Amino acid sequence: MSNWLDAVLVLLMLTSLWLLGSSRLQACIRAVALQGALLGLIPLLSKWPDISLRLGAVAVVSMVIKAVVLPALLRRAVREVNVRNEVEPLVGFTTSLLLGIALWGIATHIAGRLPVDVPGLSPLLVPVAIFTVLCGFLLIVSRNTAVMQVIGYLGLENGIYVFGWAFAIEEPLLVEMGVLLDVFVAVFVMGITIHHLSREFDSIETDELASLKD
Amino acid sequence: MVAPSGLISLALALALAPMMPSIINRTKALFAGRHGQPWLQPYRELWKLLHKGAVYSHTTTPVFFTGPIVGCAAMLVGLLFVPLAGTHPLISFPGDFLLVAYLLGLARFFTVSAALDTGSSFEGMGASREVFFSALAEPALLLALATLAALSGQLSLADIFARIDAGVLASGAGPALLLAAAAMMVVFLAENARIPVDDPNTHLELTMIHEVMVLDHSGPDLAAIQYAACLKMWILGSLLVSVLLPVRSGWLLADLGAGILGLGLLAVATGVVESVMARLRLVRVPQFLIAASILSIVALVLVVR
Amino acid sequence: MGLFGVGLMVLIGGGFLSLGLSKTPKTAAAVACFTAVGGSLLVLVGGLAVLCSGSPVEVRFAWHVPFGSCSFGLDPLSCVFVLPIAAVVAVAAVYGREYLEHSCRPSMIGVSWFFFNLLAATMLLVVAARNGLLFLVCWEAMSLASFFLVMSDYEREEVRRAGWIYLAATHLGTSLLLVLFLLLGRKSGSLDFDQFSSEPALAGTLFVLALVGFGTKAGFIPVHVWLPEAHPAAPSHVSAVMSGVMIKTGIYGLLRTLTFLGQPPAWWGWTLVGIGAASGILGILFALSQRDLKRLLAYSSVENIGIIALGLGTGLLGITHRVPAMAALGLLGALVHVLNHALFKGLLFLGAGAVQHGAATRELDRLGGLLKRMPVTGATFLVGACAVCGLPPLNGFLSELLIYLGVLAGVAEQRAAVSWAMLCVLVIGTLALVGGFAAVCFTKAFGAVFLGEPRSDASRHAHEVGPAMRYSLVTLAAACVLVALSAPLWPLVFRSAALTIVPATFRAETAAAAGRATVPLAAAAAAFLAFLAASGVLAAVRKRLLAGRRIDRGPTWDCGYAAPTARMQYTASSYTGPLVVLFRMFVRPRVDLRPPEGLFPIRGRYASQVPDLFREYFFGPVFAGIAWVASRLRWLQQGRIQLYVLYIALTVLVLLVWKLG
Repeated sequence: MSNWLDAVLVLLMLTSLWLLGSSRLQACIRAVALQGALLGLIPLLSKWPDISLRLGAVAVVSMVIKAVVLPALLRRAVREVNVRNEVEPLVGFTTSLLLGIALWGIATHIAGRLPVDVPGLSPLLVPVAIFTVLCGFLLIVSRNTAVMQVIGYLGLENGIYVFGWAFAIEEPLLVEMGVLLDVFVAVFVMGITIHHLSREFDSIETDELASLKD
Repeated sequence: MVAPSGLISLALALALAPMMPSIINRTKALFAGRHGQPWLQPYRELWKLLHKGAVYSHTTTPVFFTGPIVGCAAMLVGLLFVPLAGTHPLISFPGDFLLVAYLLGLARFFTVSAALDTGSSFEGMGASREVFFSALAEPALLLALATLAALSGQLSLADIFARIDAGVLASGAGPALLLAAAAMMVVFLAENARIPVDDPNTHLELTMIHEVMVLDHSGPDLAAIQYAACLKMWILGSLLVSVLLPVRSGWLLADLGAGILGLGLLAVATGVVESVMARLRLVRVPQFLIAASILSIVALVLVVR
Repeated sequence: MGLFGVGLMVLIGGGFLSLGLSKTPKTAAAVACFTAVGGSLLVLVGGLAVLCSGSPVEVRFAWHVPFGSCSFGLDPLSCVFVLPIAAVVAVAAVYGREYLEHSCRPSMIGVSWFFFNLLAATMLLVVAARNGLLFLVCWEAMSLASFFLVMSDYEREEVRRAGWIYLAATHLGTSLLLVLFLLLGRKSGSLDFDQFSSEPALAGTLFVLALVGFGTKAGFIPVHVWLPEAHPAAPSHVSAVMSGVMIKTGIYGLLRTLTFLGQPPAWWGWTLVGIGAASGILGILFALSQRDLKRLLAYSSVENIGIIALGLGTGLLGITHRVPAMAALGLLGALVHVLNHALFKGLLFLGAGAVQHGAATRELDRLGGLLKRMPVTGATFLVGACAVCGLPPLNGFLSELLIYLGVLAGVAEQRAAVSWAMLCVLVIGTLALVGGFAAVCFTKAFGAVFLGEPRSDASRHAHEVGPAMRYSLVTLAAACVLVALSAPLWPLVFRSAALTIVPATFRAETAAAAGRATVPLAAAAAAFLAFLAASGVLAAVRKRLLAGRRIDRGPTWDCGYAAPTARMQYTASSYTGPLVVLFRMFVRPRVDLRPPEGLFPIRGRYASQVPDLFREYFFGPVFAGIAWVASRLRWLQQGRIQLYVLYIALTVLVLLVWKLG
């Protein structure tokens, strides 16, 4: 199955690049949803064909949360604040893409140095995990709209999830549950923030938060 | 290395290249519910142009009519090295794909110079866009070809495509090959002035890229340009078809037949893309091309690791 | 060596003679020109002889300077550089005689020629010197000679500024070289090259010293800042020599140092590849955003130095990982590019000089339509432009092909690690991107200068240059074609030079791999011939078809505009505008825009210029900081001699106490 797993990992990587290169919030949400769906496939593919009930259940649950629930929440947030595009990011979309390729280089370099060696797992797993995390960071740092930052958080979290698989098959679920909780909180908080922000300021640009510093 | 059997595919290319735009046109007509132009219309146009006189601008210099000549000659020489679906081209040597890519660059240099020679601001605009977009398409093409070279461990097109057969596709290189093919498809559309990068049927000079550059050419010069465009489509199409259609029966005629069928399908696919997609806004085109380079890079990393 | 020595004597002698004859400028110019050409040709023959025989020669004279010895030698590595130096100097001298007649004050002609010949001789001495101290003396003389040549037009403010930037940059580089040579000679206590050795622990430091010290001369980014200032300021034949060959002495120095350092670790190769990619991409981006033709060419030199660095890096990585094909092809690519760049960049600078001479400006947005008025200049410039873009059937393609093949050979042979993929992306991606951008840059340069309608009165009344300048342009263009058509020769000629950098244990395999490089090059040369033949046939067919048919002439189809003027043409700046906007991250154009306002606008204004990124945002602030610190120390300087003596005495005391106490 390593072939299929590789294909999934490559797709995961491409969705990260898609996140970096797209200005439309809807497209980004779709990308992050796709990412969530792909993430659900990873445990199934890497353990194929002996899949325990528990593994299957967790995979399905995480797929539902990441690919359906969270994107739906984000879509609602977008509808409420009525923004469709990331208009003026701090780092342009083309530059983000080029930076993405640089990050891919860095990720593969770091992955080569890390003493992670799980037999039978795709050698792509660790680089893709690190890359997804880095892309998440880049999104958070370089985008202005809060929705895009939430998407960045989700990407970051997806990366951590993949990373978990490199260490062990069962344990990451623990970590994962914790992180999922965090994200839920984050999404809620951001959702509320966005809601309030857009009511107070008619805009969801975090730049304008800076004006609160005095 | 010289393979006489390559003469057959060369002759086929020279004879059949104008069929590709014809197929694209018919496909588009089908989608639009029109009858479409006759199948042999491109040949008729070439024939008509070859029998005409020419009009030249006062502004132009010999560079103006050198452009089509160089463009056509570059494509003719390039064809010597391009294999179709695993058959051997007339000549092959390590690094021949670089020569082919740079011959395309040479043709572009002279087409653009000929456009600038007219002194028309519209042609200047088209020239500016042409060099801009193709500069971004070049890494995508070369990195995709480098992926194939790394995958097969060979450095000449003939050897590369001889190694890329159904076995390679099944052995785990599938994702990489598909990514490289996707990048090459983008380059194919961009370099042949197709939607979503350029619209060959647009009527406004301001929005054209390739067409506006050849506005001032007429007669045999225009025939050379149009024929060179067909050959260019054939060259890039052959590379793409050789990746996507890993049929290597070993029989020359069967392979050639499969290759030509593949080119026909590629033309149909191009027609479908033109019918169902809108042209990208000009500011989005660079992103589209950079995305193609990125696909190539990902493919390369998948192969070399 | 004999011919080489005689040639040098002729060069130096001619220089002094023309200085002595500066009262009669015509004679001085004639003497200097003939000696320069004669000397260079002698040197060329001498160098070729060594290169073909492959056996190094050396001579040694007595020189009573501590650590110095007057020893010169010619080995294949030196000769690879002697070849382009002699060729470009000879052509530039022929060109310069006519060029200076019109653009230089008569009283200065003798002096100018003195420095020109001195520059030529010192460049040759630099590549022949076999002692550290001697090398530095020649290096310094070379820098000073070129400095004075840059300052030829010293009345102009920007020329003086360019001169100072150049002087500062070159001395900062030289100071690092001094440290480098002292460290290299520390073990044996001698500065002779054959005594040099490096301790393995120090090799990394030495490499970095050489990289920055020699890189400043070569023009690696970010220490390239002097190039775009100094090259446009100098007279065009001097720019051709400086940009075509003088900056290559930096590459020579780097290569020579590598021969002392032994087996290269991987990070050397990676560093060079990284620098090459940065210099290549940023160099050509800066080049295509320029509006001054010579500045554009100077930045393009940065790009080409980047390509050479890419080749060197590939070669070094090939040595490190023991892939013979990669080592051989990378190094050969770099060396062949040294020759190629000398030829086509020399040609382009001479062409730019001819444009300035004929149309009295180098502003791309004021030129246009010169091909009709200056056909020879235009045609040769076109050859140079195609060559610098690496297009077949010209020489630039050969070196790029070799570097591409080197990387691909490495990847095809051992594809184990992701780092190989990144190498492939870096080298191939950079070469491809740079090739595309170079096409943008040089269609812009050629199109804006030679095609279309003239954009100003000066270019409307431009005139072709005289015969000497025309012949030198044609000579260099012909050389570009000839080098391309004799492609399979070059790996054989340059092989022994490339091997000097390869450690002895790895030489045999590399030599064999270098020999195999003739196959693709021979095929490429055959393809070139096929292309030329095809073009010829098509041209004949076209002529035949059009014979006896109606050929009309009319205005350009202008899409229905009523009265287009020449100024409505697409300008050079608008041509590259979209690219500059896409890469505004690096290029950062400074725009001064005052749009027309109101219902009856009177006039608007739009001006843009592209300052050098590194000068603006790195060196500028750094040097401003140093100046600020220095100004704080001004109180030390009271202008009293007693105080200065006190400083000296205090320093001596402190040193004594520190050393002995």
